[in-house]
Amino acid sequence: MNPVVGIAAFVAVSLATAAFGFYGLRISRTTGDFYVASRTVRPWWNASAIGGEYLSAASFLGVAGLILLSGTDALWFPVGYTAGYLMLLLFVAAPLRRSGAYTIPDFTEARLDSRAARRVTSLVVVMVGWLYIVPQLHGAALAIRITTGLPAWVGQVAVVAVVCFTVIAGGMRSITFVQAFQYWLKLTALAVPILFILFMLASNGTPAAADAAVNPTGAPAAGPYQTISLLVALLFGTLGLPHVLVRFYTNPDGQSARRTTLIVLGLLSVFYLLPTAYGLTGRTFAPGLAQSGQADALVLLLPGRMVGGMAGDLLSALVVAGAFAAFLSTTSGLVVSLAGVISQDLLGGSVRGFRWAALISALVPLGIASMTDSLALAGSVGLVFAFTASTICPVLLLGIWWRGLTDAGAIAGMVTGGVLCGGAMVAGSVLGAAGTPSWLALPAAWTVPAAFAVMVLVSRATRDRVPRTITRLMTRLHTPERPLATER
Amino acid sequence: MPDSPLFTAAAVAVIAMAIAVVVAVGLQVLRSFRELGTDAEQATYKTLHAASRAGQHLRTGLNPAGAAKASRQLRSLLGSDALAITDTAGVLAWDGAGEDLKPVLMELAAGVLDGGHTAVIPAGEVQELLHGTGAVAARPEVERAAVIAPIRAGTRVVGVVAAFAPSAGAGLVRATSEVADWVAAQVELAELDASRTLLMEAEVRALRAQISPHFIYNSLNAIASFINTDPVRARELVVEFADFTRYSFRRHGDFTTLAEELRCIDRYLLLERARFGDRVQVSLRIAPEVLSTVIPFLSLQPLVENAVRHGLEAKEGPGHISITANDSGAYAEVTIEDDGVGMDPEQLRSVLAGHSDGDHVGLRNVDTRLRQVYGEDNGLVIETAPGEGTLITMRVPKSQPRHDA
Repeated sequence: MNPVVGIAAFVAVSLATAAFGFYGLRISRTTGDFYVASRTVRPWWNASAIGGEYLSAASFLGVAGLILLSGTDALWFPVGYTAGYLMLLLFVAAPLRRSGAYTIPDFTEARLDSRAARRVTSLVVVMVGWLYIVPQLHGAALAIRITTGLPAWVGQVAVVAVVCFTVIAGGMRSITFVQAFQYWLKLTALAVPILFILFMLASNGTPAAADAAVNPTGAPAAGPYQTISLLVALLFGTLGLPHVLVRFYTNPDGQSARRTTLIVLGLLSVFYLLPTAYGLTGRTFAPGLAQSGQADALVLLLPGRMVGGMAGDLLSALVVAGAFAAFLSTTSGLVVSLAGVISQDLLGGSVRGFRWAALISALVPLGIASMTDSLALAGSVGLVFAFTASTICPVLLLGIWWRGLTDAGAIAGMVTGGVLCGGAMVAGSVLGAAGTPSWLALPAAWTVPAAFAVMVLVSRATRDRVPRTITRLMTRLHTPERPLATER
Repeated sequence: MPDSPLFTAAAVAVIAMAIAVVVAVGLQVLRSFRELGTDAEQATYKTLHAASRAGQHLRTGLNPAGAAKASRQLRSLLGSDALAITDTAGVLAWDGAGEDLKPVLMELAAGVLDGGHTAVIPAGEVQELLHGTGAVAARPEVERAAVIAPIRAGTRVVGVVAAFAPSAGAGLVRATSEVADWVAAQVELAELDASRTLLMEAEVRALRAQISPHFIYNSLNAIASFINTDPVRARELVVEFADFTRYSFRRHGDFTTLAEELRCIDRYLLLERARFGDRVQVSLRIAPEVLSTVIPFLSLQPLVENAVRHGLEAKEGPGHISITANDSGAYAEVTIEDDGVGMDPEQLRSVLAGHSDGDHVGLRNVDTRLRQVYGEDNGLVIETAPGEGTLITMRVPKSQPRHDA
């Protein structure tokens, strides 16, 4: 592939992101007759922003790669990623918006009336965030290596540099518009090339190179345990993602938070059709990519391979731009929310503190990413979901829906879930890919119930620690709020 | 998939955490073994430690949860078999043996609660009373006497401390009344705390800004001038005025959302423009993300009024006010800037410190409220100089689960 294409695409996306961030809101109103109603974030905008922030490297590159490798088994990933929002819609979106807490640690502190629970949650949130940024950087490394031939670290450093610059220089002030733009960019970047390829294939009548029903690497199909465990991780993991939850505060009230989630479900469903199409096309027409271990790069390579020439270069440029939009949007969303947590809990919440925290939140994962190697993006992100599902998700669900949760129970449950899931991840890395039994490779099916169980049991044992303000708090979480004074 | 880099990353993180926990626990243990001191020192330390622990639990006043924890500490202090704390209505906490005596304690304590003097009740009498109620059939292995001392907060008796031991010696009686006095001191402290909180709340409520009488007078005059020349506009202005006053006179809640406050400012400016015409120009740049941020009720309007009255009124020619609200990490940042006559920083400082009653009491009022609600670091930041205009910055945490808008 022409290296200029990759670099040009990356620069264009970075500039567009920065421009949207800095100038998205510079349109001042000079007249006094402004109406606040016309200025609230509409659910459509906010839903696009959530989509933009949520669709990470795993969705953009990983899902297609995994479908190329293991076919229908991999379809559970997009299903799980999307269905997680159904859980969010049903159980979390509106009450969390009404709580008035802005971050997950804020929520636990307000709900459990405990500084200790807050600290533990902060620690978990920061760990989740870091672990989630790492695959984004691996994706960036892969994209840069494939498209330009430059060393892998260039991609990671470039993404971190752009994110740090925009966040620290205040470019995330109109974050909603930046992220909404990224969603539509990602959608276009996948849709246009695949439609082009499909039309071309249909008109040429190119014969299939392989049978789509057979795994190109001959990998065995997943058993029921793997599927269930994966689904548990993805369904419950979405509930606790720090950068996703923050978006809901942009909604003016709980009802519009629900409406936003509904639109997000639609947007994600549409989006995930595309990686699936890429995966299927890859299985049928380019199975060689799987055998050469380049499955994650399928989306990046397919347009060039299938179309070729000038048109191929242009389509590749579009896909690369979309990929970088995915890395940048998810990373910057995570960095902003992590920086919020770190600066509030460690640095006193000042503006300077926020900048330092942003730097820390971006540089630590850069260090981890540069020391490790990327293998399977969708799988790595799946593990982060498992970790979130075993730690933050139980606190949120029980905190919102069960009066009996106590601070001791919450801490015990989070530590149990974190240690079990983290232990499984460590054991997996010690044993290596081949030696890991599937119950260790996909731990969510037992770590999530364990965390819930410990949380409930310890809470029952420490019943006298239920905060006295519980009734007021629960009322606030579950009753509709007064509408904003947005219309006359 | 299992061999992903994430495993390695997680491994590093988990191991680092484990090391940190081990080191922290180790240090804690080491510290507790260091410098034990002589026996007398240790005894003093233990007594003071138990007292201060118990004090923490009683800091919220006489309630079951605090009393239960405090009674544990206090019993170890007295060395009695059992210790109970009551208020005037019932037993709050019982620690130690002999819980079968619990039902009769209030009866035993009745005299103390009335008279306010420490009472010693011999073991036999306690047993008799117990049999009288028919609560217990068999005699217990140990018979215990009771020492009951009143907790006196001011002149009232608010409860008793009861200690139970096989024999009630003079030492136990003295110690029990001392403990009761000490509990009384804690309870008084708790009441003091509560009244301080009430005072602060009252102060915040008193500081809740009032709309200025000048504004009402000026607005009505401005509206009056339109009644003949432009009755439609006059009518609209009266409606705006009514809406504005309804908002500012509302009784419920000390907090509102940025969106509602901006709407109030909009009405305010509409009325001011009726008076000033095109001399007041306003531009706004509000990030939609922060519209639902909770802010103290009427905390922005006084700032805008300050800009109009002290910045632009005294100035010749048109003046410009710009209002921005931005998302800044965990905070929402609101700025109000005017290009009016500005202020003398020294004078402003003394007004904000409460030393002089200048023209800017509105600013001081907002500043004080912000500091009270969000802490000393979150007051107004004002940049100004004579002739240079004024820039006021207000930073409010976005997360306020305890404040209802």
